[in-house]
Formats: sequence, structure tokens, C-alpha cells
Amino acid sequence: MKNPFNHDITPADAPMLNVQVDGVWMQFPKGLNVVEVARRASKFIPHYCYHPKLSISGNCRMCLVEMGTPKLDAERKPVLAADGKPELNWIPRPQIGCATMISEGMGIRTESPMVKECREGVMEFLLINHPLDCPICDQAGECKLQEYSVQYGAEGSRFTDEKVKKPKRVDIGERIVLDDERCIMCSRCIRFSKETVEDDVLGFIDRGSHTTLAVHPGKRLDNNYSLNTVDICPVGALTSKDFRFQMRVWFLKETKSICTGCATGCNTLIGSREQTVYRQTPRENEAVNSQWMCDQGRLGFHYIHLPERLVEPTAKVGQGKLHTPWDEIIPRVASRLREFQPEQIAIVASGRLTNEEAFLLSEVRKVLGGDKVLTDIVPRQGVADGILRSADLNPNSNGVALFGISNNGQTLAKIRQGVESGRIQALFVLHENLLGDAGWPATALANLKLLVVQSILPCPTSERADFVLPGASFAEKRGSMVNGAGRLQRLNKAISVPGQAMDDWQILLQLKAALGGGNGLYTIEEVFKAMVAATPALAGMTLSRIGDLGVELKNANADRSKQPASTP
Amino acid sequence: MSNPVVTPSTQSILPGTVYPGAPDHHHAPTALPKGFEAQADELITHYPVSKRSASLPLLHLWQETFGYISPEGIAWIAAKLDLQAINILELVTFYPMFRQHPAGKTLIKVCRTLSCAMAGSYALCDYLRQECKVGEPDAHGLATSPDGKYSVEFVECIASCGTAPVIMINDDFHENVTQRRADELLLKYK
Repeated sequence: MKNPFNHDITPADAPMLNVQVDGVWMQFPKGLNVVEVARRASKFIPHYCYHPKLSISGNCRMCLVEMGTPKLDAERKPVLAADGKPELNWIPRPQIGCATMISEGMGIRTESPMVKECREGVMEFLLINHPLDCPICDQAGECKLQEYSVQYGAEGSRFTDEKVKKPKRVDIGERIVLDDERCIMCSRCIRFSKETVEDDVLGFIDRGSHTTLAVHPGKRLDNNYSLNTVDICPVGALTSKDFRFQMRVWFLKETKSICTGCATGCNTLIGSREQTVYRQTPRENEAVNSQWMCDQGRLGFHYIHLPERLVEPTAKVGQGKLHTPWDEIIPRVASRLREFQPEQIAIVASGRLTNEEAFLLSEVRKVLGGDKVLTDIVPRQGVADGILRSADLNPNSNGVALFGISNNGQTLAKIRQGVESGRIQALFVLHENLLGDAGWPATALANLKLLVVQSILPCPTSERADFVLPGASFAEKRGSMVNGAGRLQRLNKAISVPGQAMDDWQILLQLKAALGGGNGLYTIEEVFKAMVAATPALAGMTLSRIGDLGVELKNANADRSKQPASTP
Repeated sequence: MSNPVVTPSTQSILPGTVYPGAPDHHHAPTALPKGFEAQADELITHYPVSKRSASLPLLHLWQETFGYISPEGIAWIAAKLDLQAINILELVTFYPMFRQHPAGKTLIKVCRTLSCAMAGSYALCDYLRQECKVGEPDAHGLATSPDGKYSVEFVECIASCGTAPVIMINDDFHENVTQRRADELLLKYK
């Protein structure tokens, strides 16, 4: 992800400048502004309109600081104090930190009485027309106006007049609602739309005491990145229709994970309470998605809570399906699979499996007959948008390719041929709907003697299955994936699997044990370790070494070249 | 994970509010007058560094030509300058001199800044509104008679404090406007 601005990042070779922050001389790379310098000196300067990834507009005035420059003598040389440091001339008026670049010998004060007074004044002005409807506001709990009010505001307001009335509940986009009374006119959303997405639809009309954020009549904020404006809105002016009034944010547990909507693998926070996911928000990772994610990926989680979710393992009995406990169904699936020769078995895996699942599946395949068992994934081709979306809609095409169970869809036709001709009699399908996404006709499965489907939602394929093994969604599992750019990243478990559904790696582990005996693996860490031992591309990795931000797999290059082109 | 085919949320929400300042349905002539586009192009050449700077001159040109800035005008100017319509709407809604509705044939501007206010411009404005039978002023302070003949509005200082109160009728300047003088002027612009 290339941002038009990166105020928080300087080139590695930037020269260092001496800057005094609240009386202490420190060194910072040239090119930073005062807000960023203070952040590095553990002195937070409050701000609303400043955003490190957007142009600087300097309109909120919250980041006012005192600034000094070196005192110069008659020869224009800095006057040095007894400690050898330059003496400073302090500007009698405050400066905005966001639009002030540091320079050699500069001083800033972020905690002086003047700065405190400035912040109180700005807060008082910002709250004059604010409706203070925090009890029903979705932003409450993560609202900068609330936070700074507590930390930097005065205890009361002197304003006794009527507040300005502005439009409320303005439907400005497919996924966004605007409350103009809450807006503090920071213009972050305008700049994001214009600069990052190049969809310049927002603007301020009626500028003055009635300044109103608006889209032009007939235009909509409908681009695929619109919900990022909700994230960067420091107040509750822009809210997500999807998340609006669903849950108070302070009840949400935030789990670090990744988006599984495409091969980009945007880093995310899954916001859940008890066993329900309420939202996904982007998590900063400069190597992948910076601070953004697309709306499609963000909202693409609701299927995990559909009422028809597969929650119990079932076996076909006559025309009906019978709930069958795991300790019964796994041995039955194993013994049925053993009835067939390797050439008669095929596996349709998925580019949505984690590496661990793909590894265990390859182990199952080994027991069933190794290379003689045809296997492939169902490719999903989308359109790369040049921002974040990849043309590969499978999140882990690169990962599953490491374990020999993917031929990028090239073998799929051969499997179908085999199934239709009756040569392949047993089919194990994981997280794919052959009669849907893969485009097989309903008659294709007619000749099968055994169909095992491991999935999370019922589909025409699972309806025909002899055994249905309910698995876990991305939010219910731990594991790792390799994104389109060859970066190994982690998923984390936000909620439990529903009902008797089971984590996919556990299903595969049990199936493998039933087919070929146990292998002493019990935890996901152990599976990861075994996987690394068997996979040169992952040499030296551990689940914890991947960390929250992932690691680039140098060795994955060879495998990557075979993958469909993707733009991370 | 079967079929997470993602369709962005389409659930509808409470009815939206109409934007203040949203243009209504007056329409500009479908064909531009002869020479209009050439005039616009000429104005743009004054700003070689950034075409965007021609926004205001083009808005003035449009209002002088058509009497007010219609949605079509906003769209035309935005397209002409490679901007989005919202960029032009921001300007139109900021400057009080840009109208989004037609004004009356005779537009009377009454100064209300200090000298004129002290010399009775508020009473004068009331009198003119009454004589011209204009209704209540709209959100931008412009009051227009139902027959479309007259519009009366307050303006800020028009730089003749020594001869207050002063008014402008269309492009003509009138000083020391008493009620009697106003009567005479109204006859003249009948």
C-alpha cells in the first residue's frame, strides 16, 4: 500500500537534528513534524485533523505548542548557554505542531501553561456546537473529542446560546451515515477520499458558522474504501451503517488477525463480544495495508453468523442426515476412504485453508496414497484495484502451494473428468462448493461412491455429501497464511466455533490419526513445528516469530512465481 | 468457508436529510449563448499555474450571463476545470453574492453597514420590501416578489459612508436615499 503522504516515516539516511522537547535535548531525523517528534519523545500532542497518511490541513488547532529557535549573535552564530547548548528565543504566540517541521536547534514546549490554556480554549470552541449526544453515539468510547475533553478540556463551558442546528442522519453513501452536528470539520474524510482513494466526493458547504460536510447532490461516498473514513473520523460524525447501534465499543474484545477476503491479507482487529463478531477494523502494518482496508473485506464476515451454519457432524442415512458424534464419524470416514485405491480418491482443497490445515491435509493425502491422489484448489480470480485488493481472491494461494495440494486450479478439470467418468469414486472437499464457485454441474457428482465435505455453511455440494464435517471460520481459528506478496501472517481466534463444529486442523489431525495412526501432535504450535520441519520454505519459523506484523518469506519466491499475478 | 461472496451492505437506513443549500430544480438554458465558452476559455488563460483558480471568475461569468448559478452551471464549470462538482458547490455556498435561485428583474441592494444603518437603512429596506411586495427573505437574505419583478437584499458596505444611506439598483449606485427618493427610483425602475 502506497500512501500519498507518510509524515511519520523518514528515509533511513535522513540527517539527525537536535531538538529540545520540554527542556530536554534529543535527536530526531529531519523531515518530521513537531507532532511526530513529540510522539517519539513520549510527549503526546493532541490533534484531530492531523493524520500521518494524509496531507496537512492545520485546521483544528488542537496541536498548538510553544516553539523556540536558536538565539543568534551579531555574526548570526547561535548563542550557547553554559551547558554548551543553544539558547532559545521563544515565539510569544503558539504554533501548530502538525504543520511545523523540525529544524536544527529548535525547541518545543508541549506542557507549558500557555499550551494548556490553548488546548482548553480549542476544546471549548469545538464543543460549542457539538450536540454532546455521547450516550447514543457510536463513537463513544473511542472518540477523540471525549478523550481530549477529559484530558485537556476545561471543566465547563461558558456558552449559553443556542447551538447551531445542522443535518442529522444524512445518508451520504451505501455504507455510511453522516451526523453533521457532531462533525468538527477536521476534513480528514475529505482528504482521505481525495488523496488516498482519488474519489473526491466530499466537501464543506456553507462555510462559516454553519459549515456542513456534504457530498454533492446526486453523488455518493460509495467507493470500496469508504468505511476507512469512519475509522479516521475523530468523532461520531461518520458512522458505519453495518456497525451502527450494534454494540458499545468498550465491550468489544479486539483480536489481532488478518482479512481473508483476498490475497493481500490486510492486518485487522476483529471486534467481538462473547461469541459474536461485530466488526473488523484495519490494523496498521506498513508492509501490507498501512492503516486501511477495503469495505468488501471489512464487511465480509457476516456469513460466519448465518443461522444455517453447519454446527454438527452429520452422516447420510438413506435420504436423511443423522447427527453423528465426532468420535464416531471420524473413524467411519477413515474406514470408508480406505475402501478405495489412491487413484480412485481425489481431494478438492481450498485457497482459504491455513498453512497448518494445508499441511495436515497433505499428511492425510500421503496416508491415502500420496501423489496418486489427485488434488487441487478452486482458484478465485477478481480484479486488482491498484490500492489494496488483489486479483487473487483466495487469501492463502501461496501458502497451500507450499504443501503440494494446489496446482492453482490446473488439475481441477482433470478431477472433474475423473469424477464424471466414474474413475474417481471418493471425493474429499474442503471449504469449497463444487456446484457453485467451481462451476460443476449438479450431475457431476452423481457417480461418486463417497463424498466427504468439510465446510462451515451448507451448500449444494454438502447437501449431497455422505459425511459433513463442520469446520471453523477465519475468526474461530489460529493459524498462518502467506499473502500474495509472500508474507507469512497469523490469524488469531476471536470467538469459539459454534455448536459441535471443530477447528479444521483438529478435524484433519484426527482423520490422519484414524487413517494412519497418531503422530504425537496435539497443539497448533506442535502442528506448526512439524509443518516447518517438513517445509524448507518455512525454515526457522515459529508461530510466535511471525509476530503481529508477519514476516516476509524469502524462500517462498520460487513458489510464488507460479501464482496468479496479484497486487498487494 | 463456503461462499463468502461479499456484497457490501445494502440495508437501508432512516431517510436521509436534505442538504441545506442543495440547488433546487431551476434550470439553465440547455444551449450556452454564443461566445460564452470562448469567454470562459479566455478567463482560464489568466491562470496558467492552476486552472482551479479560474473557479471564481467562471462563477461570476455564469451568474452575469444567467442571473444565478444553477446545478448545470456548477457541473459545467467543474467539468471545464477538471474538478468535482463538490469543489464548485463549496464556493457557491460560501460567497453570499452567488445565488442559486434567480433574483427579480430589478435587484435592490441596501447597505446595512454602520453609517447606513445609523442613517436609517433598516427602515429603508423595510419600506422597499413593502413597496416591492417582496415576501420573507430566504436563507441567503434575498426576498423576491412573487411576480419576479423585484428582489431586495441587504449588503455590507458599498463604500459611500458620507452619503448614507446608499443603495444599488442593478448596477446603478444611489446616494442619500430617503423614502421620497426611493419612491422616485421605484417609478424609474418600474
